Amino acid sequence: MIHSLFLVNASGDIFLEKHWKSVVSRSVCDYFFEALERATEPENVPPVIPTPHHYLINVLRHRIYFVAVIQSEVPPLFVIEFLHRVVDTFQDYFGVCTEAAIKDNVVVVYELLEEMLDNGFPLATESNILKELIKPPTILRTVVNTITGSTNVGEQLPTGQLSVVPWRRTGVKYTNNEAYFDVIEEIDAIIDKSGSTITAEIQGVIDACVKLTGMPDLTLSFMNPRLLDDVSFHPCVRFKRWEAERILSFIPPDGNFRLLSYHVSSQNLVAIPVYVKHNISFREGSSQGRFELTLGPKQTMGKAVESVLVSSQLPRGVLNANLNPSQGTYTFDPVTKLLSWDVGKINPQKLPSLKGSMSLQAGASKPDENPTINIQFKIQQLAISGLKVNRLDMYGEKYKPFKGIKYMTKAGKFQYFDRIHILFKCFFYYLLPI
Amino acid sequence: VSAAPSAFSDEKGGSASEPEYGHDPASGGIFSSDYKRHDDLKEMLDSNKDSLKLEAMKRIVAMIARGKNASDLFPAVVKNVACKNIEVKKLVYVYLVRYAEEQQDLALLSISTFQRGLKDPNQLIRASALRVLSSIRVTIIVPIMMLAIKEAASDMSPYVRKTAAHAIPKLHSLDPEQKDQLIEVIEKLLADKTTLVAGSVVMAFEEVCPDRIDLIHKNYRKLCNLLIDVEEWGQVVIINMLTRYARTQFLNPNINESLLEENSEKAFYASDDEEEEDKKAEPATLAKRKPYVMDPDHRLLLRNTKPLLQSRNAAVVMAVAQLYFHLAPKAEVGIIAKALVRLMRSHSEVQYVVLQNVATMSIKRRGMFEPYLKSFYIRSTDPTQIKVLKLEVLTNLANETNISTILREFQTYIKSMDKDFVAASIQAIGRCATNIGEVRDTCLNGLVQLLSNRDELVVAESVVVIKKLLQMQPEQHSDIIKHMAKLIDNIQVPMARASILWLIGEYCEHVPKIAPDVLRKMAKSFTNEEDIVKLQIINLAAKLYLTNSKQSKLLTQYVLNLAKYDQNYDIRDRARFIRQLIVPTDKSGALSKYAKKLFLALKPAPVLESPFKDRDHFQLGSLSHLLNAKAAGYQELPNWPESAPDPSVRNVEVKDSVCAERTVLTGPEEVPTRVKCSSRKDRKEKKVEKPFYSDSEGESGPTESADSGNCESDSGSGSASASGSDESGSGSESEESGEETESDEEEEDEEEEKKKRKKLDKTKAKKQAEESAERCTIHTIHQISCIINFDQFDMNKITSVFSQTLAPSGSIKMYELLHRIKGEGLAVEYCFSRQPFSPEPNMVAVQIQFTNNTNSETKNLHIEDPRLQSGMRIREFAEIDVLAAGESVTVVMGIDFCDSTQAANFQLCTHTRKFFVSIQPPVGELMTPAFLTENDFKKEQGKLMGMNEILEKLTLGEKCVNEHVIVERVTATANLSRVPCGSDKECRFAGKTVSSGCLVLVTVTTKEGGGAQLTVNCEKMLIGTMLVKDILQALSQ
Repeated sequence: MIHSLFLVNASGDIFLEKHWKSVVSRSVCDYFFEALERATEPENVPPVIPTPHHYLINVLRHRIYFVAVIQSEVPPLFVIEFLHRVVDTFQDYFGVCTEAAIKDNVVVVYELLEEMLDNGFPLATESNILKELIKPPTILRTVVNTITGSTNVGEQLPTGQLSVVPWRRTGVKYTNNEAYFDVIEEIDAIIDKSGSTITAEIQGVIDACVKLTGMPDLTLSFMNPRLLDDVSFHPCVRFKRWEAERILSFIPPDGNFRLLSYHVSSQNLVAIPVYVKHNISFREGSSQGRFELTLGPKQTMGKAVESVLVSSQLPRGVLNANLNPSQGTYTFDPVTKLLSWDVGKINPQKLPSLKGSMSLQAGASKPDENPTINIQFKIQQLAISGLKVNRLDMYGEKYKPFKGIKYMTKAGKFQYFDRIHILFKCFFYYLLPI
Repeated sequence: VSAAPSAFSDEKGGSASEPEYGHDPASGGIFSSDYKRHDDLKEMLDSNKDSLKLEAMKRIVAMIARGKNASDLFPAVVKNVACKNIEVKKLVYVYLVRYAEEQQDLALLSISTFQRGLKDPNQLIRASALRVLSSIRVTIIVPIMMLAIKEAASDMSPYVRKTAAHAIPKLHSLDPEQKDQLIEVIEKLLADKTTLVAGSVVMAFEEVCPDRIDLIHKNYRKLCNLLIDVEEWGQVVIINMLTRYARTQFLNPNINESLLEENSEKAFYASDDEEEEDKKAEPATLAKRKPYVMDPDHRLLLRNTKPLLQSRNAAVVMAVAQLYFHLAPKAEVGIIAKALVRLMRSHSEVQYVVLQNVATMSIKRRGMFEPYLKSFYIRSTDPTQIKVLKLEVLTNLANETNISTILREFQTYIKSMDKDFVAASIQAIGRCATNIGEVRDTCLNGLVQLLSNRDELVVAESVVVIKKLLQMQPEQHSDIIKHMAKLIDNIQVPMARASILWLIGEYCEHVPKIAPDVLRKMAKSFTNEEDIVKLQIINLAAKLYLTNSKQSKLLTQYVLNLAKYDQNYDIRDRARFIRQLIVPTDKSGALSKYAKKLFLALKPAPVLESPFKDRDHFQLGSLSHLLNAKAAGYQELPNWPESAPDPSVRNVEVKDSVCAERTVLTGPEEVPTRVKCSSRKDRKEKKVEKPFYSDSEGESGPTESADSGNCESDSGSGSASASGSDESGSGSESEESGEETESDEEEEDEEEEKKKRKKLDKTKAKKQAEESAERCTIHTIHQISCIINFDQFDMNKITSVFSQTLAPSGSIKMYELLHRIKGEGLAVEYCFSRQPFSPEPNMVAVQIQFTNNTNSETKNLHIEDPRLQSGMRIREFAEIDVLAAGESVTVVMGIDFCDSTQAANFQLCTHTRKFFVSIQPPVGELMTPAFLTENDFKKEQGKLMGMNEILEKLTLGEKCVNEHVIVERVTATANLSRVPCGSDKECRFAGKTVSSGCLVLVTVTTKEGGGAQLTVNCEKMLIGTMLVKDILQALSQ
């Protein structure tokens, strides 16, 4: 299956290599570099690159290319999914997955990769098992290790691999037993010029942070489970129970994990919480263009729209922008042509606007594209899909845990028909009434 | 260049800084410092401190990670393979696996450590030892690997068995000649009932023998039932394999539709309604054909994979989707669409692969994705490759009803800044226009409008697409052709220019006035054109010459002359060819008569096809499908068989059919109670639920599957959590009862031979009594023999007496310790007296006989300087003061061999000389007889199954005619006692290892015709293996 792995940074240097079978010369990456050169954007590198003797499958995350070398037939998604799992693991271990973090922890990285694949076939990918095998580096442990010479490698043999609940480590103990669930939603919408929605979808996830002693068995029920008609689960969720009762029943892994993700499809009506009025025009023959943009709240059920951030990719012909925001600050990068406007909170009485002129390159013809606009914001205490957790129960352990749930609607994609593009982000938080 | 001593302190800071390593090692100065650094590393590795070793290993691993060569450190590193510190050990493993291939000889030094690890009582250590051992790519150790894999495959721990499955492809790639043996192991592991092993062994199957579909039959139902509980990576592999399997074993569920499909294929643009109509028409055809009934096993597979569409792992979802696409009845395939659309919200690489597959599927099953049309709308933030794929899907999904929305969407795409994407959009519009007749004019008009676009690329692409569209109905569009002829002045993109020229040439009758003028312009600029344009100019000239020679004769001549001296030979050739064909000369051949027909033939309109058409002959989701080329190791997806192969091959003999029935009954009953359970019951229920995760459920799975035909209506799959503990409980119960029946049978057998048994019991009791008596005597004798030098004769006599009772073989083999010539007259022989060594019961008693063949006395015979493997001990015999000439003396010493066959080395000293000697025990001497009853034997044997059991078949030697001989041979080889046994076909022996007291059980079962089977059960696998070898040799002589 996976023969070797090369990590390539943004400037095209291989900074880590790992082989699970015979060594493959790093010159195989030349084919990748060729493809990289051909691609106009970093994300346009084809994920699968055939070479005379190998196939290169790569994913790009955090500006690092993870290039896996394959020698024979294997489902490409298998490799891609695994590579993403590797990145997730690194992120889990080091907080960030950057070249510096990987280089700093090269030994841990190597130990992880060694455990995650055997002969190119995934062996241990559950974070709970890995953490039993190799302890994540913390500042304290690094200090202690340097002084005492003890190791990152778990002293005890990991039992999780053998257990019937392979995703949960054994012997978990906490003094404060807590379980938190974050409901995070993203909206993805295309809106035409008149403001009517062409399509809108919600992509939601429930991320959990469970720190409970022993082997708790949790059930999570929803007020309106019917919303969840298209879901995917963490392996810990008992599928049959969901089918029969629409209740999530599971023995959770220890720590952070994604319990489920769901998709509320375009057939359902989705409320759009913000509207945009814009007027961007260029006059033929003139080196000036006009820029006007106004934001306003819509269907927010009386909740305030906060932390609004607008960014826009202006056409290439634009030299500079001289704008006047009614609130917040804006910046324009003349190289990348990226305009960003930190709006802050939208006051429904006084709508924020950004007006002014743009100077065009002399002699350049009028740009005919409309720029893309991205918007991010938060709305306190508003669930976009309306999904609500009913209750969380715990069986199997005697203590009383502290339970909490947080709703968040985040960074969806809004697309106006004439290529205006808005990202939404809102979340709110309350404690479970149990 | 920093000096070596300071380097060390530098490095302590962690691998982060390491300034020098960043440099190019090729430059001389750095290289020498690098070299010194390695010296420094070696020093650290040789030190006693674990922390230093760890530091060194970390630096070495960091070097490997960066691709630096660290192979010269091999000897220094390999020494630490047995280091106590776990992290050092792990890093050494990393190093070994990386470099062993290059340093095969040195790598062998590490093998014994792993071999030892293979016998560790801890399953995780056994597993990790096997993992590393099998990862070392050294051909010499292939037999060792083979043995280790075989043993691990029958280990008690499923985790070790999983590791064994992982090791199979490694060994196969190292030495493909082992294939046959490995297939045997795979066969054995395929029968494994644990979820842990299933994925790994199917992986091994796919790598080693994917064509041995016959191995799957018996395990098919079990795999289907285990599937949901297998780890996600295993699921992918199993599902892909089962897809192929199902294609060979079941009938095409769409067989009745496939005939109709051929018809509807022609009506490619037919809407779903029409398809439905088709379905109405179906019964007529159906009646003619044999009605299709789905094999219950086929249904089982579809039913058990369906929940996996909900997996978080995109690869699993894709695997299920392709399984449904290839195997499910048409009506059921639709369910995968939703899951695939969900995957589109994942990372862009996942999207890329999913869209490729959706593109292929959407050609065959358009209706499936139509409800999700809007999910394929393109966003400006998508990478270009995703955009192009989405366009592809949108184009495939276009039909009369949705074309207007799709076209409106396409129009906005053309305004995008991404030029490649715009070009693809224009092509997509072209394809929609060719596919859907109603919108052809609308599309054409839209494209013509694009001709006035400011962007040349857009115009060029439009021209190319318009050219293709015009070819379908040129008569009505002469104005468009005229418009395009005007464009030739401005447009510079060669492909577009060539397209316009071709159009004018082809339809020159429709534009009779413009065409010669265009040729005139082109003739002017001929030399500056691209090759592709030049060829079209020649084409245009030729066509005009044939239709309108009056106006274009000279121009054509001119163009042909220019072309004659062109740099490109293709153009020169074309010019020569055309001149011969169209310009009448004296010698013009027969062909020139047909010139008009050749050039102005009606050309068929190009079919604008999806590049994904017919890609579905590759298994979807595979690498080969993605590349549209066969990748190495790709297994063809077989076509459905004409008639179904025998389904009974999948039947598994079910021992506990009673339990299976019970499961079926409990299943549906349980569900309703669960629905209305109160919170109090919840707690109970939790208990019930638990087996959802457990292996025990998996084990009960197959039993259910045997009845899957009956319980088809039961919607819950085999691994339904609903049936809960009852199910698993019954499973285990039945197992127990299975055992009981077994022992019952035995008892019956025994009852038959009650008399015999009683007798045996008596003898046994007698024996035991005797034994205790013997023990007493032996004790005393030894005490005496240690103090006083017994007369050799007497000693031998006593020994032989005992050994006869203990081991009927009697004769004790003498080994030479020191030859009389080498010993300058002193001859020393030893034997294993097979008596307990009284001072230390866990030592093996070695009886040593000194014979003085010289003419003088030998004095002060004693042992000095024993050099032993760690853990081994020697209890020396008391010094022999004087050995007179010609005399012999016998002494007994004790050696604790630690249950290994390592030699004990020591020096034998006389008053004048020292001789280096060594005693190496045959494995059979490392044990003492153990006295067990038949039942005890069975019980103990039951505990030592799996990896601890070694089975060998053999043919008995000619002399091994009866039981007596066998017993004699076995007891001669090993110090075992016979265990009474009811059957005369079987001889059982038992013993304990001297040092650690592990049981050693040997069973020899004779068969008709000189065949026999030898079973050795021993916790110490090494001893077991060696013992098998020795006994085999003894018996087959």
